[in-house]
Amino acid sequence: MVKNRKSSGASRVCWIIAWIFAVIWLIIAIYPFIFMVLNSFKGQFEILKNGVFSWPETFYLDNYVTVLTNGIGRYFINSVIVCAVSLVIILLFSAFAAYPLSRFKFKLNKPILTLIIACMSIPIHITLIPIFKMTTSTALYDTIWGLIGPNVAFGLPVSIFILIGFMQGIPRELEEAAEMDGCSRYRTFFNVIFPLTKPGLATLAIYNGVDIWNSFIFSYTLTQSKGSRTLPLAIWDFQGMHSMNAPMIMAVLTITLIPMLVLFVAFQEKLIEGMTVGAVKG
Amino acid sequence: MKYKSGVMTLGQRKQKTNRRAAAVFIFPALVVLLIFIIYPIIESFRISFYEWNGISAVKKFVGLDNWGKLITDKTFRAAFFNNILVLVLSIVIQLPIALLLATFLNFIGRRGKILKCLWFIPMLMSSVAVGFLFKYVFSTTDGIFTTISKMFGGRAVDLLGSPKYALITVIFIICWQFIPFYMVFFLAAFSGISPEIYEAAIIDGSTKPEYFRYIVLPLLKPAIRNASVLSMVGSLKYFDLIYVITNGGPGTATELMATYMYKLSFKKFNMGYGSAVACGMLIVISVIASLTMKLTSEKQGD
Repeated sequence: MVKNRKSSGASRVCWIIAWIFAVIWLIIAIYPFIFMVLNSFKGQFEILKNGVFSWPETFYLDNYVTVLTNGIGRYFINSVIVCAVSLVIILLFSAFAAYPLSRFKFKLNKPILTLIIACMSIPIHITLIPIFKMTTSTALYDTIWGLIGPNVAFGLPVSIFILIGFMQGIPRELEEAAEMDGCSRYRTFFNVIFPLTKPGLATLAIYNGVDIWNSFIFSYTLTQSKGSRTLPLAIWDFQGMHSMNAPMIMAVLTITLIPMLVLFVAFQEKLIEGMTVGAVKG
Repeated sequence: MKYKSGVMTLGQRKQKTNRRAAAVFIFPALVVLLIFIIYPIIESFRISFYEWNGISAVKKFVGLDNWGKLITDKTFRAAFFNNILVLVLSIVIQLPIALLLATFLNFIGRRGKILKCLWFIPMLMSSVAVGFLFKYVFSTTDGIFTTISKMFGGRAVDLLGSPKYALITVIFIICWQFIPFYMVFFLAAFSGISPEIYEAAIIDGSTKPEYFRYIVLPLLKPAIRNASVLSMVGSLKYFDLIYVITNGGPGTATELMATYMYKLSFKKFNMGYGSAVACGMLIVISVIASLTMKLTSEKQGD
């Protein structure tokens, strides 16, 4: 292959063009982040004086200190709780539902599957007013617990759909053997099917986790006090307080990106796979 | 046939326990979907027949007034066409670039791993964060473009504030955010093409561009089609980023159906009409989605 490439001049030109394109795209993809991180280390007036391209005069950490001491921890913990609780429920419920839908024959199988697929392309906005109404009429308004129901509901359809595909790949003989040994449907599920579904569940955990971690609209609509908002709202609230202080906002953005970046460095391939698993044809 | 004498055959009994187990297993998910998706959809349609501020107990039944308003509403029409423009340009810009990047990564093989990871980073940010980041990138006081323009003695560049360029700028940002997604999507499709096909093509004397044009592209067709459907449904639901960056402005230059609905319902507290807009949005999405499904599945039949 390598020989083949070097032998022809035309293909060499192609490669050079391809690399130029690749580097240009790299700059477009990465430069906004460099812009963000560099400017987060500047003082409010330094950016006005020296502009956005300059290297920070001193690595000014006050922006980070201000952000970290102004309650971003609360947003972070809220995000973690909402994410964790929603994920457990999504994974459990979707595995439950996918089991009969993938392996049993019964009359309502098709209609239920159709319903679930239809739910996959429902825009959040059509549910927003009724969910807002329901939440305000209960004690759930302005608590992180009110966010869990909607997050679970919008995570379930895709998750069930993907798990059905995954469970169809599990050999039927295993299940039959369990049945022969006198396992009920429930024991078969918990002892045979569920453990075998773990890789699929891991991928789905990443997919839904990232989605919920970044979700904005429910948190924005269903909560209003600082104590019950999630991380994307931290950016919103800080922007409200410091909109003229660009470096401060860049510091908030950098801080909120760090958890995802750490996960990405730790499990790149797994994370990439997880984030794109939702790309199924609905 | 000896089971026939009993009340139930073995098969029937199995069927019955199956049905019961199925009901038990599906029940939790179904309840959640009923409460948070199905019921709200029905309720939204119901609210669309009322005039209601979202807070007071009094709702005034106005029949089809909101729907009549929706059909003649200039802002909704503008939002709809903006959504369509986002849809078309998203597909036209995102998919070819993503395909090129994926092809490049596919050709350079394992050496491209770092490049792939770096290219993927925009996907790690939430839309809200991307929105705020680019708000400052395009800022008129110290944004990147303004600074460059001033270096050459020009004036401040106000892309997001200009009715003419705001939507295009926002679409560029959307593409920046989602190209990595489709890149990885196509890369997965590439890995489904076996290396033997490549070898066979090269042995038969085809060059790399020919191999790409006549062999890879046809094989990637289903992936490209799926990516288009995904991108389509995604563009019609678009909200977070635009709400953060421009809030639909200037004027209605970047208004989308979703931002319009949100502002009507939660800023102006006109929830009756807001619901009608949400329902209109649902209808538009359903029609477009089912049309594409139909068209693409007909093609599959050819």
